[in-house]
Amino acid sequence: MTVLGSRILAGLFGVALAPLAELRAGEIPFAELRSGSELMSPDTRAMQDADSANPGMLWVIEGEALWNAKAGAANLACADCHGAAELAMRGVAARHPAFDAKRNQAVNLAGSIEWCRVERQKAPALTAEGPEALALEAYVARQSRGLSIASTDAALRPLIESGRELYLRRQGQLDLSCAHCHTENWGRKLAGLALSQGHPNGYPLYRLEWQSFGSLERRLRNCLTGMRAEPYPAGASEYLALEAYLKWRAHGMPMESPAVRP
Amino acid sequence: MTARVIITAPTKAKKGEIVTVTTLLAHVMENGFRHSSTGVPIPRDIVTEFVARYNGAEILRASLYPAIAANPYFAFEFVAEESGILDFSWMGDNGFAASRQIAINVE
Ligand code: HEC
Ligand code: HEC
Repeated sequence: MTVLGSRILAGLFGVALAPLAELRAGEIPFAELRSGSELMSPDTRAMQDADSANPGMLWVIEGEALWNAKAGAANLACADCHGAAELAMRGVAARHPAFDAKRNQAVNLAGSIEWCRVERQKAPALTAEGPEALALEAYVARQSRGLSIASTDAALRPLIESGRELYLRRQGQLDLSCAHCHTENWGRKLAGLALSQGHPNGYPLYRLEWQSFGSLERRLRNCLTGMRAEPYPAGASEYLALEAYLKWRAHGMPMESPAVRP
Repeated sequence: MTARVIITAPTKAKKGEIVTVTTLLAHVMENGFRHSSTGVPIPRDIVTEFVARYNGAEILRASLYPAIAANPYFAFEFVAEESGILDFSWMGDNGFAASRQIAINVE
């Protein structure tokens, strides 16, 4: 449905971001960006599109309950400060990773949620990628579904650059870079699976192969293992850099979280 | 934590109308054939039975097996003859039990 819309939007952003155009040399042009969902079977797309059948919605409803539950020494729910997530969190996932000027560092969505939980709710940190952290992230990300990824913060440039450097770096026993699969060979098959352009627009998402819901970091660990490289340790800064780069590279694409992938 | 369930069904129907119902239940459906990263077998933990009743009368019963994917989804149709309560229950390993009720108003 939004495929055409996204291309028009991407076109518009392409104009708006003209000063950055030279930075996109070697990137997939905006007009050729394709979501992983476009390569899926009609059955899997139907599962993603129907809230009644999308297993990711099970994480969203749990996240909604957590959003409204008081927690921590502050005895405050997310909703006590932010109000309705539909308004307060609209577009938030689409512009993360973001640069937090107060802390002078970049954060991804899970990091922003964690900061609120620890510093504002005064509650113990949730296990990273644990069921509750994923559920909250799913619920917040859901409020950006259909909205275009907006990677426009100039303060993120150094991080995006280091992410691009990692993306282009050959690594692992197969001596491959991310670009070998997702920029140069997308649309072709690898072991029966159609290779996508490697976009982050669906995350966090439900993956049939995992039989569960997972983060972008989990997906990237899978790719690194597939390259026979050693995955960076959990929570390593390399994942944040790659995420910032992938979001920049996918600028203008509609968010699909909670997406479904094979 | 109570089991997470997503149900879709109309709240209203005309007498004799065919009503479509879907249910999605959060469950790992651990098949019992896998091992942990340290080689320890992971015990089976699946849903074994799903039953739907309308005003107490059984309208659907299904048995589930280890090859069924996580978060089992059912879609079925039935003919609404009178207003009533649609009652769903799931049973499984380790005493797993979940249930939900919804009302359908037949005019
Ligand atoms: C004590 C009040 C308070 C509580 C409780 C709270 N937050 Fe926040 N949150 C803030 C403030 C203040 C900010 C920074 C200003 C802003 O962006 O609204 C913020 C920022 C955020 C952001 C980044 C928003 C953006 O635009 O970049 C997210 C995401 C977020 N909160 C999620 C949550 C979640 C999820 C919870 C519950 C686990 C929560 N917050 C609990 C006050 C709170
Ligand atoms: C050997 C080929 C290969 C390499 C190299 C590779 N990936 Fe992947 N990647 C895959 C496959 C296969 C999938 C799952 C199907 C798909 O979406 O392409 C995938 C999926 C993804 C996705 C999810 C896309 C979606 O729509 O859900 C992202 C993001 C991604 N890769 C990023 C990366 C990054 C970053 C690197 C480098 C660290 C990388 N990949 C290296 C093969 C590869």
